[in-house]
Amino acid sequence: MSEAAQKEKALQVFAYAVLGIGALSMIMPFLWMITTSLKTLDAIYIRPKNWIQMFIPTMFIWDNYVQSFKVVPFAKFYMNSIIVGIAVTVGQVFTSSLAAYAFSRLEFKGRDKLFFAYLATMMIPGSVTMIPVYVLMRLFNWVDTYNALIIPAIFSAYGTFMLRQFFMTLPKDLEDAAKIDGCGFFRIYTTIILPLSKPALATLTVFTFMGNWGSFMWPLLVTNSVGMRTLPIGLESFKTQYSTDWHFLMAGSVMAMLPIVIIFIFTQRYFVESIKLTGVKG
Amino acid sequence: MRMNARAKETLAAYGFLAPNLIGFMVFTFVPVFFSLVLSFYKWDILTTPQFIGFDNFIHLLGFGRDPVTNHIIAKDPKFWQYLWNTVFLMFSIPVCMMASLALAIALNRKVRFESMFRTIFFLPSICPGVAISILWLWIFNPEYGMLNNIIYWGGKLMGFNLMGPLWLNSPGWAKPALMLMNFWIAIGGMNMILYLAALQGIPRDFYEAAEIDGANGWQKFWAITWPQISPTTFFIAIMSIIGGFQGGFMQAYIMTGGGPGGATTTIEYYIFNNLYTWQNVGYAAAIAWFLFMVIFVVSLINWRFGGKLVHY
Repeated sequence: MSEAAQKEKALQVFAYAVLGIGALSMIMPFLWMITTSLKTLDAIYIRPKNWIQMFIPTMFIWDNYVQSFKVVPFAKFYMNSIIVGIAVTVGQVFTSSLAAYAFSRLEFKGRDKLFFAYLATMMIPGSVTMIPVYVLMRLFNWVDTYNALIIPAIFSAYGTFMLRQFFMTLPKDLEDAAKIDGCGFFRIYTTIILPLSKPALATLTVFTFMGNWGSFMWPLLVTNSVGMRTLPIGLESFKTQYSTDWHFLMAGSVMAMLPIVIIFIFTQRYFVESIKLTGVKG
Repeated sequence: MRMNARAKETLAAYGFLAPNLIGFMVFTFVPVFFSLVLSFYKWDILTTPQFIGFDNFIHLLGFGRDPVTNHIIAKDPKFWQYLWNTVFLMFSIPVCMMASLALAIALNRKVRFESMFRTIFFLPSICPGVAISILWLWIFNPEYGMLNNIIYWGGKLMGFNLMGPLWLNSPGWAKPALMLMNFWIAIGGMNMILYLAALQGIPRDFYEAAEIDGANGWQKFWAITWPQISPTTFFIAIMSIIGGFQGGFMQAYIMTGGGPGGATTTIEYYIFNNLYTWQNVGYAAAIAWFLFMVIFVVSLINWRFGGKLVHY
């Protein structure tokens, strides 16, 4: 084997080593979480005697998952997260796509200035706007209602920006043909723009739903009662009530992650594409 | 009344914009200014707001003489401690970026199972932050947590008796612990994907030309790869800094309560506590606006120098 080929092979082995170590350190905490979720509370508080005991329980207590629904109203938290997640996602994709259509395909006075204002707000830290909106929720008497959880989360500059970037890439000819046929703007939006933008719409849908699923500070601010809590806040309530019940906490965390992980595995190519679309232009 | 095509299009445009624009006005645009107004008031939401001029900002950023010792001290020493904490936590950014780049370079080498690796690396950044925080709270448990178990058994392998630190319970180790966790979350996420995209965008013939000139791998990296991906590096750095200034809330709330001794309280957590825990709305708004100004400066640097650092 020539020297160059040997070097190349060594580099390849090194690349696999980097990836392998990386993957192992990513997976280990998750493995530890699942292991803990399947142990009895007594087993959790015994120091493992070797590597195997650390990651494989001696007994698999699947009942922990059932029990965690009983110690806190976990099903209710789950339902709230699903309701809020779907409502926010539908609202955001709908309003963002309408606005993105206007910004990308229609000519009107002040368009670019207005779009710049949208972009500029993406730079503002969330806490700046969160404070007055929280005050607003108190004044509207929306605290502890679905309104507070859903409505302020719908309007997003990011969604508008992302869809606008995508709509800009669509060819103009189809639209022109439709205009000659006498199609109105709304028909063009529903019959041409939306069907051509399925990947971008899917991406925004997945992004919004996942982002909302993990949303923590806002639901914490605007909910008080147990019945209005979403999953992340609910997990937190696990902790304060049963501060040492790590098996339930880990079972709850596994269940909170599961839908997101499943969605991600099926939609990951959209993620990669949209990061490239809105990130730096290479 | 007949309208010309232009007026019709404008009208249609505002029709399309309306749902989003109204929400945007109510929940983003107006609140930005409303929160600036609030920063000049002392208000607990329940009673009438009191106009106090610049007092919130003077208290936040000002210095004065201590009446007892006559030393010059900050009017709100906690704020400066929390600002330092926030900056300290950002020291992990360069290390994170290097690791992301290393993973991206390895992935870019036409390895097998590329998409499997990518999925695994990406997992921590898509999982709900609360679940991740709770998981790491348990990992950092000094007695039964995973990390100290690994340190103990790793030590045994090499014939030592190692004891891990107290992590989140120790004033000195709490911040490094959070940095370790942030490192774990961030290295395989967006940044790695951005680096991967940048690496794939470098034309192959650049490398081929360098190989003809007899350049080795290291030389190729510094002469071609590094300059070619510098816009991405700059972008990631700026985004990480902007994110870093706003970070740390969830970890503080769930894992440490901001302690021990305020060691893990960040600006964001301080804002939250002023707003929610102490109902000190005006002061919270003042801190938020301070944060806004800091981020604005970082963004200005981005606009001013972002274009210039691009090598083509």
